[in-house]
Amino acid sequence: MTTKLFGEPVRRREDARLIVGKGRYLDDIGHTALAAAFVRSPHAHARIVSIDVDAALDVEGLVAIYTYEDLVGPMAEPLPVLIPHPQLTAPRTGYPLANGEVNHVGEPIVMVVATDRYVAEDAAERILVTYEELPAVVGVDAAHEARHAVHDDVPDNVAARHHQETGDVEPALAASPRTLTFTQYIERSASMPMEGRGVHARWDADDASLRVHTATQASTSVRAAIAAKLQLSLDKVEVVAPDVGGGFGVKIMHPWPEELLVPMAAIALGADVKWSEDRREHFISSAHERQQRQEITVGFDDEGRLTALDVTVWHDNGAYTPYGIIIPIITATQLIGPYVIPVYRVRVDSVYTNTVIVTPYRGAGRPQACYAMERTMDRIADVLGLDRALVRERNLIQPSQFPYDAHLTFQDGRPVVYDSGDYPGLMTKLKDLVGWSETSQLRDDAAARGRLLGIGMAMYVEGTGPGPYEGGHVQVLGSGKVLVATGLTSQGQGHETSFAQIVASELGVPIEDVEVTTGDTRRFPYAVGTFASRAAVMSGNAIALAARGVREKALRIAADVLEASPDDLEIEDGVVQVKGVPGASIPLRTVAVLSNPLRYAFDEAAKQATQFTTHDDSKPPVAPGDAPGLEHRDYYSPLRSTFASGAHAAVVEIDPATWEIDVVRYAVVHDCGNVVNPMIVEGQVHGGVAQGVGGALYERMAYDADGQLQNASFMDFLMPYASEVPDIDIDHQSTPSPLNPLGIKGAGEAGVIPGTAAIASAIEDAVGRRITSMPISPTELYDLVRSPDSELTATAVRRAGTGAMA
Amino acid sequence: MSTVDTERTITVTVNGVPREATVPVRRLLSDALRHDLELTGTHVGCEHGVCGACTVLVDGDPVRSCLMLAVQVDGRSVTTVEGLARDDHQGGSVLHPVQEAFRECHALQCGFCTPGFLVTIAAGLDERDASVELTEEEVDDMVGGNLCRCTGYANIKKAVHAAAAAMREAG
Repeated sequence: MTTKLFGEPVRRREDARLIVGKGRYLDDIGHTALAAAFVRSPHAHARIVSIDVDAALDVEGLVAIYTYEDLVGPMAEPLPVLIPHPQLTAPRTGYPLANGEVNHVGEPIVMVVATDRYVAEDAAERILVTYEELPAVVGVDAAHEARHAVHDDVPDNVAARHHQETGDVEPALAASPRTLTFTQYIERSASMPMEGRGVHARWDADDASLRVHTATQASTSVRAAIAAKLQLSLDKVEVVAPDVGGGFGVKIMHPWPEELLVPMAAIALGADVKWSEDRREHFISSAHERQQRQEITVGFDDEGRLTALDVTVWHDNGAYTPYGIIIPIITATQLIGPYVIPVYRVRVDSVYTNTVIVTPYRGAGRPQACYAMERTMDRIADVLGLDRALVRERNLIQPSQFPYDAHLTFQDGRPVVYDSGDYPGLMTKLKDLVGWSETSQLRDDAAARGRLLGIGMAMYVEGTGPGPYEGGHVQVLGSGKVLVATGLTSQGQGHETSFAQIVASELGVPIEDVEVTTGDTRRFPYAVGTFASRAAVMSGNAIALAARGVREKALRIAADVLEASPDDLEIEDGVVQVKGVPGASIPLRTVAVLSNPLRYAFDEAAKQATQFTTHDDSKPPVAPGDAPGLEHRDYYSPLRSTFASGAHAAVVEIDPATWEIDVVRYAVVHDCGNVVNPMIVEGQVHGGVAQGVGGALYERMAYDADGQLQNASFMDFLMPYASEVPDIDIDHQSTPSPLNPLGIKGAGEAGVIPGTAAIASAIEDAVGRRITSMPISPTELYDLVRSPDSELTATAVRRAGTGAMA
Repeated sequence: MSTVDTERTITVTVNGVPREATVPVRRLLSDALRHDLELTGTHVGCEHGVCGACTVLVDGDPVRSCLMLAVQVDGRSVTTVEGLARDDHQGGSVLHPVQEAFRECHALQCGFCTPGFLVTIAAGLDERDASVELTEEEVDDMVGGNLCRCTGYANIKKAVHAAAAAMREAG
C-alpha cells in the first residue's frame, strides 16, 4: 500500500458543498410534501381516556389524522426490542402511536398530516385528549424504591439485571488490606445534534415502491424495519441518509415511531409526506443518556494496588428498552479501564422511569464507567496520601501484557480482550503535557490571585469497532471515476474524505477521481450502522479490502494487455504500468473498459471492448469465475472489538466569591492506532472534549418530580458555547491494532469519555470537598462547600495541616 | 373555519436578486427562505433564537431568521450563506475568505450550524478595518453567539483568524 494519502491531513471533500449552503439535509428535501405534526403526551404517566378530533376537522388544509386505532398488522404491535439479551427479562417498548397509556412526556399519540407544518400544528392543537393521570416514577432512586411502577406488569421497575464477574469478589474484598465503599451519581444529558430527527417518504404507486430519506445512523436497518412493519417486500423499500446534521448516538436508535408513521401515511395518501422534528420535540421525544447511581467497594493494599472491585449500578433506562441493555453492558465492561483488577464483579440494574428513553449518546455508558473507576483511583490516592498519578501507574496493564484478556463479555457478545496499547506511555505523555509535577506552583499562583486551583486526571480504554460487519464496494468506471459505497452512514465525521483517502492509497488513483457514497441502501444494502467509534475500523477496512480486490483484477487484466506478469505492475496516478519500463502502461480507465466485454459501443472508449476489436478465441469473453466490470465488493468482520485508549487532565480555577468553575487547561493524550486523517481525528477529539466539559459542568435534564422536563429548550439546557470550551492541548500515541488490515482503532467517542471524571477530580482537588454527584453547577458547589455534611478530603486535611491552602 | 392567515406578497432582495413571494403573514423568515424561496442553506436548529444556525443578514446586519417574520423583510435586503461568495468579475464567483478558511481549518463537521457561523463571521470581518490585526476578543464576539455541537469551536476560532489574515493580505 502506498502511504501517500493514508495518514495525511487531507482537507475534507464534503466541505465544498457545506460551506456554500448546498448540503442536502432532511428538511431540505421535499418542499411540496405534506407535513406531519404530532400530538404528544403532556403527562409523564397516564391512561388515555378519549381522543376527540372533531375540532380539528374544520382546519383548512388538514389531510389526515391517525391514532392507534388506525394502525393495522405489525404497526399495531409494540415497536421492536432491537437488541434482545437473556438478562433483559422484562423488555418493554412503546407503540408507534400510544395504545391507551403514555409513559413519558412527549410520547406520540396522534399524527396529523396537512398541507404544511403550520396547518398541521393548527390541527394538532385542536385535538382534545383526555387523560387519567397516574403516579410518575422519576429518577433511579424512585425507580428502585418502586413505590409506583412504570409498567403495571413490572412492579419492581427492573427491566434487566446485568451481572458479570471475574472471580469470587467477597472473599477477595475480605482479604484485602484496605477497603473503601462509596456511592456517587451522574445525571442525564443528551446527544442534542444541531439537526433533529426527520423523515421524508415518497410512495411510487405505479412501481409500488417506497423511498424514505431519514436523518439516521442506520439506514439499512431502518429499511428492514419499515419493510417488516409496513409489510412490504424489502426490494420495494429504499432508505437514504442524506447529509445528517450530527448524530452523537441518538440517531442510531430506530425505528423511531415517525420513521414508520410517515411512510405509512405516504402510502395511504399517495403523496410525499415529511416530518422534521422541532427542538422541543427533540428534548421530550427522542432519547437521553447517562443517569446512574454507582455503589462501589474497592479493595487495595497500602501501596494503592487494587485487589478487588465490586460495583453495583442503578441505570435509568427511561420509559422503554428498545435498545436493550447495551449501555449497562458497556458501563459494566469498560469500567475496568486500563487497570489490572484481580477480582471484579459488576451488577447493573436497568430500571424503568417515566422519562424519555435512554439510548446511546456519544460514549454510551463509558463516561459513567470512567467516572466510577477514576474516582475510585482518586479515593485510594486520597486515603493513602499518594499522588493520584502514581496510584494509577501502579495499577496499569503493562505493554507486555497484550493481548490482555479481561474475562468479560462485551456489547458485541465477544470477549473483552485488549488488542494493543501502551498505558504507561499515555500517562507519561499526559503528565508532561499538563505539567502534572508543577501543580502546587500553579495552585499557589492561583491562590495569590484569590482563586482556588485544582487538577484532575482520568484514563480510559474504549472498545471500538464492534462487529458484526461492514462492507465496501469499489468500482472503476470507463471515465476513470472510482465509485465507492459503504452502507454505514455519516453525520459529519468526514467519511467521504477518509474513505477516499483509503481508496486512493490502496488503488493508486488521484483522490479527485474517487466518489464516496454512504448510508444509501440503493448503493450498498448490507450494513450495521455508525456507532461505537466503528466507521473507520469497519467500513474503512472493508473498503480497503474491496479496493485491493479491484487492484488485483486491474493488474490481471493489464498484465494481459501489457504482456507482463501482474507482479511487475504498479498503479500510480490512475495508470497501470510495468515497473521501470516507461511507456509500457495502460490507464486504469481503459482497464475498466476492457473489463466489460461489449457488443455495443456507446461511446469512443467503449469501442475498445467490443467483440470485433478484442481477439482471444481461446477463452470465453468472461472467464468462468470472473465477472464483467472493474469492481469488487468485500466485507470486514472482526473476531472482536479493538481497544483505543487515552488519558485526559483538566485544570480548573474556581472563584470563591461566585463559585464559578473555569477549566483553564485541558490536556488530551490519545491513542487510536493508525490514523487515516489526523486533522479529522483531532476534530473528533475537540468535539468530544466540548461535550465532556458540557456534561461535567452544564448539561443536565432537569426533570421535576412529576416527570416534566423543566429545561426543554436551548435557553435552559446549557450546551457549551465557544466561551465554555477550554483550549485543548493534544498529544498522540499510536499502538496499531493487530486485528485489522489497516491497524486502526476508533476515535469518534474518545474525547467525551473522561471529561466528567477528570473535572470532578480537579474540582475536588481545588475545594478539598468530596464531589459525589456530577454535573456540578456553581450553585451546587457553593452549597456543597457551605454544607456541614460535606466531606473534607484527606488531602485537604493534610494540606490544612501543613498550612497549604485547601 | 380557515386557519390560514391572510397572505401578503413581499418583495425582497435576496443575495442581490429581487425576489417576490406570497406568504402567510405568520410565516417565519427562516421558513420563507427555505421553503418558499428554496434557499435551504439557512438552517433551523432551535426555532427560539438561541443556536444561531438560521442567522442571515438583513440590510447587512446578522439576525436570527427564526425570530423574524417574512413580511418584516418586505422591501429590504437579505443575504444568506448562498450569497456570501462574491462575483470574481470574470463570470464566476469566489468564496468569501471565511468560507475558504472554514474548509482549510476543518472548522465544520456535520455542517448544520455552519451557515449561521459563516454569515455572522463574514459580517463581522467585512465591517472591520482589515488592515488592523484581529484580537481574540473580536473572535470571541464573532463566534460567541452560535452553537456548534461537533467541533468544540477550536477550529472555528482558528478559521476566523485565518480569514482575517487572508483579508489583511489581500488588502
